[in-house]
Amino acid sequence: MIGTAEQREVPEAIAGQDAASLWQPKIVAFLCNWCSYTGADLAGVSRIKWPPSVRGVRIMCTGRLDPTFVAAAFRAGADGVMVSGCHPGDCHYSHGNYKALRRVHLLKRLLHGFGIEPERLRLVWVSASEGDVWARVTQEMTETIRRIGPLKVLS
Amino acid sequence: MVTIDIDGQKAQLEPGEPVLKGAQQLGIEIPTLCNSEWLEPYGVCRVCSVETIQGQRHRIVTACNYPASEGLVVRTQSERAVAARRMVLELLLARCSTVPVIQKLARKHGIEKSRFGEGTETCILCGLCVRMCSELVGAHALCFASRGADRVMTTPFGLERDANTCIGCGACVSVCPTGHITMEDLSQQSGGVPDSFLSPKSAISIPFLQAVPRSPWIDPEACIRMQTGGCGICSRVCEPAAIDFEQQAEEFEIEVGQILVATGHQLFNAAGMPQYGYGRFDDVITSLEFERMLNSTGPTGGKVLCKNGLPPRAVGIVHCVGSRDENHHRYCSRVCCMYALKFSHLVKERTKAQVYQFYIDMRAFGKGYEEFYSRVLNEGTTVIRGKVAEVVPERKHALNGRNGRLLMRCEDTLVGKFREIPVDMVVLCNAIEPGGSAALIANVFSLSRSPDGFFLERHPKLDPVGTMNDGMYIAGTCQGPKDIPDSVAQAQAAAARILATIAKGEVLIDPVRASINEDYCSGCRMCNSLCPYTAITFDSERAVSRVNEALCKGCGTCVAACPAGAISGSGFTDDQMFAELEAVLV
Repeated sequence: MIGTAEQREVPEAIAGQDAASLWQPKIVAFLCNWCSYTGADLAGVSRIKWPPSVRGVRIMCTGRLDPTFVAAAFRAGADGVMVSGCHPGDCHYSHGNYKALRRVHLLKRLLHGFGIEPERLRLVWVSASEGDVWARVTQEMTETIRRIGPLKVLS
Repeated sequence: MVTIDIDGQKAQLEPGEPVLKGAQQLGIEIPTLCNSEWLEPYGVCRVCSVETIQGQRHRIVTACNYPASEGLVVRTQSERAVAARRMVLELLLARCSTVPVIQKLARKHGIEKSRFGEGTETCILCGLCVRMCSELVGAHALCFASRGADRVMTTPFGLERDANTCIGCGACVSVCPTGHITMEDLSQQSGGVPDSFLSPKSAISIPFLQAVPRSPWIDPEACIRMQTGGCGICSRVCEPAAIDFEQQAEEFEIEVGQILVATGHQLFNAAGMPQYGYGRFDDVITSLEFERMLNSTGPTGGKVLCKNGLPPRAVGIVHCVGSRDENHHRYCSRVCCMYALKFSHLVKERTKAQVYQFYIDMRAFGKGYEEFYSRVLNEGTTVIRGKVAEVVPERKHALNGRNGRLLMRCEDTLVGKFREIPVDMVVLCNAIEPGGSAALIANVFSLSRSPDGFFLERHPKLDPVGTMNDGMYIAGTCQGPKDIPDSVAQAQAAAARILATIAKGEVLIDPVRASINEDYCSGCRMCNSLCPYTAITFDSERAVSRVNEALCKGCGTCVAACPAGAISGSGFTDDQMFAELEAVLV
């Protein structure tokens, strides 16, 4: 899946290993329709490579993000969850992203109590023109989750 | 009102008004020198002398300040009046024999040469400048000093230039009848080129002859009325009374359905690249300033001239100042290559100057553009592919008394050598940047901006004039650098979109909406304050909240927040989300 011939950057974790033996983390990303989903689409249109371990789920606004979605994602097998929205001040629905900010902050502390490492939940701001930023944060998240390993506490 | 008799005709005046006003009403001409309709009468030149008769009493008085009273009789052409006036003019001519306005007045009264001498003084001590400066302008930079034969009009301490008191308004110059006071433009002596490279302006001016609307504009920084409360002559002169200094800014609220944002751009400040000498050398100018110079209504009447007034022998045009530059803007400003070629063509047409273009690539992308490039090359413009490293003044002495030239140090990459080209004028093609208030505008209209700061279009290929918000469109250089045909195309596209929406008469809205199940709603009203569109109202009778489907935009914030789970967002219900998560994590 990752090992294509045109790969430009080889992350250290997989240098020397073949694709079949490599563990692929499962990361769910909740993308707001107007900024982040469009930004991720732009990454695709611009042919920028980003890791396929991040699976996007579209919501209209990060304000729609119910904390139970994050919990449901972990329970359904996700090793990491990303929430990506418009930059503060630029929310398409005015201030939905601020609601997401508050909820994610609280959720991280709650998850910590359940034994889920805080790095498994990440909130980023990606705007509609930031395809390269989307590629970078998905790469970073994949490497982070690969480093801390699969989610064990629910298995 | 009182009635007075002037030369047999009757005039009506307020009691106390000067007799001169009555004469003006009747069309009877009385010469004046020290009188001005803007200032209080002074009665010092005595040229307006007339004879008044009150009962048995005959007097010679000055018409400009003699008060009208009931039954006053005035004779302007009586023997005594004419003799008085002639004597005054002969004496004035003796003092100021070289002043044209005095000579003319004297000649009209039959005096060619004064018996009393031929002085060369130009100031007639009329006091108009003093009164203008004190009464109307309020700067008090001029006054009379000494008495009798020694009386002079002078400045504080007799200083020729007093930067502190004289504000350089030029009002004294405009009112002086003899031309004794002149204005000197000191800005010509400074090194920097004024910001707009236009001739000295007054506080009220029409920006340029082709301005639309062609109405004058008052500069609040320079206007004396707005700064000090004095003057205000313009509003008194204006016949339709179109100038109202009491006007306050008014705010209007207009309800519209669609908005087109076409707020334009600004130009890169060339002083940000100090190696080119903009602001240090007189003859390094920006493309817009050069464009103004080329305009036939501009400061030079369309002639290409250096600051010293002479035509240049060589002109260097620098492309990509601030564009295609990692230190400033990485993007290309699109229009500069073509207008640089236009400049070449016009300079060749109007002067005998050599023209050098310093370019990186020649971007002649439009219809007829490449053909024009060939034409300009054939006209003899020298094109040098390479960036200009710096512009330095020539050190050796100028020939024929002309100023030394500017040396443009550059690399000619096609020849593979460094070159130093002497020119008289440098034109910088500075980058097109997002306007200074783009951030503010984006905030007000909820527009996104791309990383280069221009407003973001909905889709780079398929929707260049739409934005993420329905009903909001962008057009022109606020969306990105572009030339006139492209700006017009975008403007027409946006207008067509707007008209299409209006013509349809109805709008299609997304079915993604929130709705509240009133059985589950506990009336906690948490959702009411969360909605950014204030689409949720509270029905106090039933104690439940309700969503206005027309206002709701379907963001889902209320859906996530409802503690009772009473709100569902169609298309993105909780069940749908959970199902999606299960599927994506297979």
